[in-house]
Amino acid sequence: MRHILRRREIVADTWRYLGETVEPGGALVVPFAELRGARERWWSWTGRLGVRLSPANRVPDIADDLPRLDLVAVEFPSTGEGRGYSQARLLRERFRFRGELRAVGAGVRQDLAFLLARSGFDSLEPPEQKELAALRQALTRYDVGYQPGAALVELRRQRFFAPNASRAAAAAEAARGVPSADT
Amino acid sequence: MYRYDELDQALVDQRVAEFRDQVRRHLAGELSEDEFRPLRLRNGLYIQRHAPMLRIAIPYGLLSSHQLRTLAGIARRYDRGYGHFTTRQNLQLNWPALADVPDILAELARVQMHAIQTSGNCVRNVTADHLAGIAADEIDDPRPYCELIRQWATLHPEFTYLPRKFKIAVTGSPEDRAASEVHDIGLQLRRDAHGELGFSVRVGGGLGRAPAIGQVIREFLPLAELFAYLQAILRIYNLHGRRDNIHKARIKVLLKSLGLERFREEVESEWQASRADAPQLTAADLERVRACFKPQPYATLADSDPNAGRESAFKAWYRYNTRPHRVPGYRAVFVSLKAHGAVPGDMTSAQMEAVADLAERVSFGLVRSTHAQNLLLADVPQHALHEVWRELTGLGLAMPNIGTLTDMIACPGLDFCSLANAGTIAVARQIQQRFDDLDYLYDLGEIEIKMSGCMNACGHHHVGHIGILGVDKHGEEWYQISLGGSANGYTALGEVIGPSVAQHEVAATVERIVETYRELRAEGERFIDTLRRVGHAPFRERAYAAHPAAA
Repeated sequence: MRHILRRREIVADTWRYLGETVEPGGALVVPFAELRGARERWWSWTGRLGVRLSPANRVPDIADDLPRLDLVAVEFPSTGEGRGYSQARLLRERFRFRGELRAVGAGVRQDLAFLLARSGFDSLEPPEQKELAALRQALTRYDVGYQPGAALVELRRQRFFAPNASRAAAAAEAARGVPSADT
Repeated sequence: MYRYDELDQALVDQRVAEFRDQVRRHLAGELSEDEFRPLRLRNGLYIQRHAPMLRIAIPYGLLSSHQLRTLAGIARRYDRGYGHFTTRQNLQLNWPALADVPDILAELARVQMHAIQTSGNCVRNVTADHLAGIAADEIDDPRPYCELIRQWATLHPEFTYLPRKFKIAVTGSPEDRAASEVHDIGLQLRRDAHGELGFSVRVGGGLGRAPAIGQVIREFLPLAELFAYLQAILRIYNLHGRRDNIHKARIKVLLKSLGLERFREEVESEWQASRADAPQLTAADLERVRACFKPQPYATLADSDPNAGRESAFKAWYRYNTRPHRVPGYRAVFVSLKAHGAVPGDMTSAQMEAVADLAERVSFGLVRSTHAQNLLLADVPQHALHEVWRELTGLGLAMPNIGTLTDMIACPGLDFCSLANAGTIAVARQIQQRFDDLDYLYDLGEIEIKMSGCMNACGHHHVGHIGILGVDKHGEEWYQISLGGSANGYTALGEVIGPSVAQHEVAATVERIVETYRELRAEGERFIDTLRRVGHAPFRERAYAAHPAAA
C-alpha cells in the first residue's frame, strides 16, 4: 500500500495511476496525453479523476478539464527539473484549482519540500516510502520567507504580499512591527 | 547600508542549519554527490581542482568594515589567508574544507552575510554601479532595488531550479557602470515624461558561449510592478527555456528562438494575467529599504586641490585611482587589487583588515567591491587623501593603474578552477611585467583587458577592449585574442582577430596591438576609439607580424 504525505499527515494513498489495479468507481489518475486524447471516455469515469503532468505539458491545455478533476499530479523527474513549480503556481493562482495538487517523482526530496509546499503542492509522493517522515519534518525547516506562497508551510513572518493575498496577513505583519517582530 | 531585521536574520540562520544538516548527511553517505551537488551549489560551494571553492555573496558589492574584517578572519582561519574578488562583486575562497563550510556560513550569518544562490541555476547576486549614491549623473540610487530583488529572489519557491544561472544588474545612471546590457536582466532606472521613477527593462544579455547584448522589452516599468514583471519574465523562462542542452539554456537563447516581439508578447501577457497574484513593491517596503541608503552624514567641506605641493607619485595616484564625488570636499578612492606581481582581484587577510580600519577612519566604515575586481572607499574627505595614499601604498594597494591596461579583469583560471582550459594568472603576470613602466601605461591611456580561462567567460573577455580567452589545444594552454568589446555605455562584443597564440606569446601580442594603436591614434584618441575608427585590419596584421608560426 502506497503512502504519501498529504497536508502534514502520512496517509494511505487512495489514488491509483492508470495501469495499476483500480476498483470501478475508484480514484484514478490518467496521463495528460490520455486525457487529451480520450477526453469523453475519461470524463465519464464514474469515480474521482486526476491527471498527471510531465514537465513539458502545458497547464492551459487542461484548463477546461479542471472542473472535472480532483487531483493534478505534477512530475519532478529530477532535482534540477523546475518547471513543475511554475505549473503548480499557474494551477493554483491562474486557474484557481482547489483540488489535491501532488508532486511526484525522483525530484520529490526532503530538501525541496519547502519550495514544493510554498508553490502550492499539498501532497508529496517521494520516490521511496522511507523518505516520508523526513519529508514531513522538512516542512518545518523555515518559518519565515519573503514571497507570497501557499499555506502548507506556516510562516510566522512574510515580507512581500500580492494584491490578491489576504490584506489581513499584510496588516498583521505590519502590526507586528519591524524590526522587533520576534514573536 | 541595509541592516537585517529579525526576518532576514532568521532566514539566513535557518539556511545555515539546513545546510549543516545536508553536509552531515552527505558526509554520512546519506546524500550522494549527485543529490548533494545542486544543494551545495545553491550555498556557493563548488568542488574545485584543489579543494572546495566557496563563493560568498557581497550584495551589490557593499560591505561594512565589520563584515570585511570577518571575511579576513574566515580567510585566515579556514583558508590560506587570502580571498579573490570576482566580477559579480563576490568573494571566493579557494581552499576551505567541506566539513568547515557550515561553520563558515554561521560566522557569515552573524555579520548579516551568506553564500545563498552564488552559484547554481537560480537568481545570482544582484550587481550595481560601484559609484551608486555618489555619482553626479545618478537618477536614483540602484542599491535599494538590488536589495529588494535580493530578498524577493532568495529561496524563491518557483525560481530556485531554473534552466540555467540568472544574473540581474541595476543601474541608476545614464552611464552604465554595471555592464547591465550583458545581464540576463538589466534594469536601468529612468524617469518618464511625468517625472515618475521606473525602469527600462533589458533581457537576454549574457557572456559565456554565444555572447549577446540584452534587448529592451519594456521602455518604462513603474516601480510598484518590479516583482510582478520579474516574475513574468522568469516564469516564461522557467517554463520554456531549454533544459536539454546546458549550452543553450540561458534566457538569451529563448529570446533569440522566439524573437524579440514574441518574447515580449509572452512576458507582457503573463504579467497582465498574473500581476494581481504577484507580490507588489509597496511604497512602505521601498521607503524602509531606501532609508538604509540615505546619504552619509557628510561634513560641510569645500573642494580643495589635494595635489598642491604634493609629490608626483601622489599626483599619479590621485589622477588614476580617485574619482569625483557629488558632495564638495569628498572623493571616491579605489583600492587597487591590481598591483604588478599580484593576482588580479586577490587580497590577503591582513590587507582586508587594514582596509577595514582605514574605512572606519575615513569613509564611514563602508567598503565596496567593484565588478572590475578592485575595492572602493566611496566617501573620503579630500583632506585625508594623502594619508590614505600613504597607507594604501604601505599595504601594496595603491598601484596607480585604475583604468589602464594592467587594471585587467581575470578569472582564477586553470590554477584553481576545474572548468578552465588555461591559466590566467601566469598571463596576467606576463602582461604586468611587460607593461611595468608607468609612463608607458599612462601614455596608452584607458584600455581594458579582460581575460577568461574558458568559454564560461567569468573574466568577461567578450567585452574587453582586448579580450583574452584561454583555450585547450591538445593539452596545451593557448589564448584567443579579441578586439573591440566594451560594456560601458556603448556595449559591444569583441571580435576574435585570428588564430590563438601560445602562452608565452600573449603579452608580446598585446604589445604589438597597443603599439599599432600608438602609431594610428589621433591626438587624444582612446584605444577603443582608434579601433572603431580604423577597424581591426591593421591591428590584426601587426598582431601576428612577428609570429608566422601561430597555428
